[in-house]
This record gives sequence, C-alpha cells and structure tokens, in this order.
Amino acid sequence: MRAAVIVFPGSNCDRDMAVALRAAGADVSMVWHKDPDLPENVDLVAVPGGFSFGDYLRCGAIAAQSPICKAIVAHAARGGYVLGVCNGFQVLTESGLLPGALMRNAELKFVCKTLDLKVETSSSAFTEGYNAGDLVAFPVAHHDGNYTADPETLARLEADERIAFRYTQNPNGSLADIAGVLSDNRRVLGMMPHPERAVDAGHGGTDGQALFRGLIGQLGNA
Amino acid sequence: MKARVHVMLKNGVLDPQGEAVRHALGNLGFDGVSGVRQGKVIELDLADGTSEDTITDMCEKLLANTVIESYRVELL
Repeated sequence: MRAAVIVFPGSNCDRDMAVALRAAGADVSMVWHKDPDLPENVDLVAVPGGFSFGDYLRCGAIAAQSPICKAIVAHAARGGYVLGVCNGFQVLTESGLLPGALMRNAELKFVCKTLDLKVETSSSAFTEGYNAGDLVAFPVAHHDGNYTADPETLARLEADERIAFRYTQNPNGSLADIAGVLSDNRRVLGMMPHPERAVDAGHGGTDGQALFRGLIGQLGNA
Repeated sequence: MKARVHVMLKNGVLDPQGEAVRHALGNLGFDGVSGVRQGKVIELDLADGTSEDTITDMCEKLLANTVIESYRVELL
C-alpha cells in the first residue's frame, strides 16, 4: 500500500503519521504542500496534525487552498482514500471533502489528554479492525475541535452511519459527541483524536494500530 | 479601491469567545450586556474596478467558512 503524508509549514505530526503507517507496512512518501501532484499510484493520502500556516484566518483554511490540496480533492474524487487527523480534519472540512466545520473548543481551552472514544461503525477501511461499540484510547491535542454541522447534515451522518468515532466524555463541545466522520463513499475519514500517537507501547497505548493495520489490510501490503 | 469584509458566526451558532467577553465585561462592572458576538474585519486593497461579484467569490472561497459564518462586503 502506497501512502503519501502531506507536509505543510506548521505540520507537526507528519513524521508520527509516517512512522505509524510504515509500522503497519505501508510504503510512505512525504509530499510538500507546494507540489501540484501526488506520487503515482498512491492509495492513501494522510493529512497530518499540526498548525498549518499558523492557523491564520481559520484552522486549515490556507492549507485547503494549497496546490497539493487540489490533487487531494482529485484523488478523493477518483475514489482514493484520505485520512485527516486533527489539523488534517480541519483541512478536509475546509476543502469540502467532509461536511461540517471545526470551531473553537466550547470551554475555549486547548485540550491535551488521552480520551476514550467509542467506535461507532466498523464499516470502513479505517475502522474494520474494530468492532462497533469498542472503546479505544487516543490522545487529543487541539484548540479547535468543536465539530458542528447543520441539523440536516447531522441527520444524514447519523442515518448513513458516517460517524466513525464519538467521545465518551466530550472535551470540546462537539455536536453529538462527534470525534470523527466519514465521507459518503466511506473512503475519507477526518478525526480530531490522534490514532498515530497510540501505535507503540512507548506511547502508553496501542489502540491506534488496528486503524493502520486495517487500512493496509484492505488496501494491500506494499 | 478598498473593500471591507465583515465575517461573523451565523445566528444560531454558539460563539464561545463572545460569551467569554460578555462574562469579562460583567466582571468589570458593566451591567446589562446581554450578548456579545465576536467576528473578523478584513480590509482588502483592490485593483480599481474589481467587481462586487469578485469580492463575493473571495468570501465564498476563502474569507468566510459559510458552514458557520456569514459575511458582509462594504465598498469603501
């Protein structure tokens, strides 16, 4: 499985993401935001966490206009897989690949801790390594993770079982405790918590391994 | 020419920062502040003749996130 990890000025989880993907068996390339094209035959694009472009204007807004983002949108339109974590989730909502928006945390505080999430669906390449209802512990570290969407969008996400993860203790005011959502073809996942920071015993937990191994299992070993 | 774009959270979208400012005003002794909404003002220096449609396009594509924000364009 070939994966591309996007690097923006201000990305700070790009190398963690690459380590997690490589540990699961992926062939990983790092791709700079000014590149107009993804490497050939990429199966998965990972948009990492961080503070791209200093969070200027809105988190993810400037990154969503970068040359590589046009290529990511085209990759998704071809049915390619995209994983956006934390700032990557913000980039995916800003680029229109996922519905809704991520606002300032309701308590206005930066939240940095490990939280239990409930896996809401195992029906996606990202979550097929889990069972619906499983609890997984992933770190969160964000200031703008308060997911919001209009009532029609929320109803559609619920009806189509596109909510991938929910917080068991809502840290940021997110609508319906949403921690991660899938696109309508279930090949784009955006989530605020960091599965790539839970793939090694040294991280304090390995609940994220199943996400990366599941992806590589579905998309093929490199 | 210049234009000023006002970006605000849409009505109905909870504004936690505005709410924090409201509390702080109360703590300073300013009574009777029943609501505070915080937004952004963006000033644009533009080529003469730039149409309002073009500025609207800028707002839709970048300056505002229309999922949560509304905007108003003011030509100066």
